Amino acid sequence: MNKVLILLFCLLPVVSYAGVAKDLAEDPVLEKRMVKLAQDLRCLVCQNESLASSRSELANDLRQEVREQMQKGMSDQEIIDYLVARYGDYVLFDPPVKSYTLLLWYGPFALLLIGLIGLVFQLRNRKTKISEPHLSDEDAKRAADLLNT
Amino acid sequence: MMRFIWPFVIFVVLAGFLYVGLHLNPREVPSPLIGKPAPAFNLAQLHDPSKRFTAEEMKGQVWLLNVWASWCVSCRVEHPVLMALSRQNIVPIYGLDYKDKREAGLAWLQEGGNPYVLSASDTDGRIGIDYGVYGVPETYVIDKEGVIRYKQIGPVTQQSLHEKILPLVAELKAK
Repeated sequence: MNKVLILLFCLLPVVSYAGVAKDLAEDPVLEKRMVKLAQDLRCLVCQNESLASSRSELANDLRQEVREQMQKGMSDQEIIDYLVARYGDYVLFDPPVKSYTLLLWYGPFALLLIGLIGLVFQLRNRKTKISEPHLSDEDAKRAADLLNT
Repeated sequence: MMRFIWPFVIFVVLAGFLYVGLHLNPREVPSPLIGKPAPAFNLAQLHDPSKRFTAEEMKGQVWLLNVWASWCVSCRVEHPVLMALSRQNIVPIYGLDYKDKREAGLAWLQEGGNPYVLSASDTDGRIGIDYGVYGVPETYVIDKEGVIRYKQIGPVTQQSLHEKILPLVAELKAK
């Protein structure tokens, strides 16, 4: 009798199956889309982390927000606009080209150009500075003697 | 002599940039909401959840919206400053209890004093998202037309109060 009871108790977990919390990856396609979008967005709390990888509370909320908006059928661009309207361009890891980001975008090329111009000038200068030294016959003979000894 | 001029100039420029950088706060993200209408909300009041509080009803007044929470450590730093400000009756302070349990929020105000005319409960943090809140405490100065004029990220200090917030409030009130 006892053994039967024990056996029954062992089976209890099978019956007492609790409702599992709704999995966020319920819709894997949507989840994938959310993660892809969130990878290009910056978490405002841990600023060098993306919204996709951050564990902060706000990132959690924002991911949920993004999910819900996707469910509502909003496009990626609409969602980005929504976030930018609230947190500014700062949420974008890829800052848009604007008047005040010109230096950021084209500064490196400008530096490269300056470097190239500097290099060209330097090389031209060198050409004029380094001329073949002209040896007189006497000097050539001395040099030859020195080298032969 | 001349050959040392250019490296020196570059050094000075670079050092200048780095020196300025030392005094910048990378945690302060300029809000795109400055100059825009304060996002509308309709939330239950913290002390009496049967009553609502909307941003709409503040039209015609200059007011401060202070985002706080009982779990927020820096809010404790800010609290005495807000208490002192509320006693001066210069500008009404309204609270937004951000992602907080009602009991915890009430207990916190009980303990430290309540500088707010009233607080609204933003339990799920939705309104916080609309206001671009990312680090509590944050304080918004909102003008008579309901436009956000200034956002203080992090605790309000005596310095920020006297240098930024109060002059701005006086200016907005005179309009």
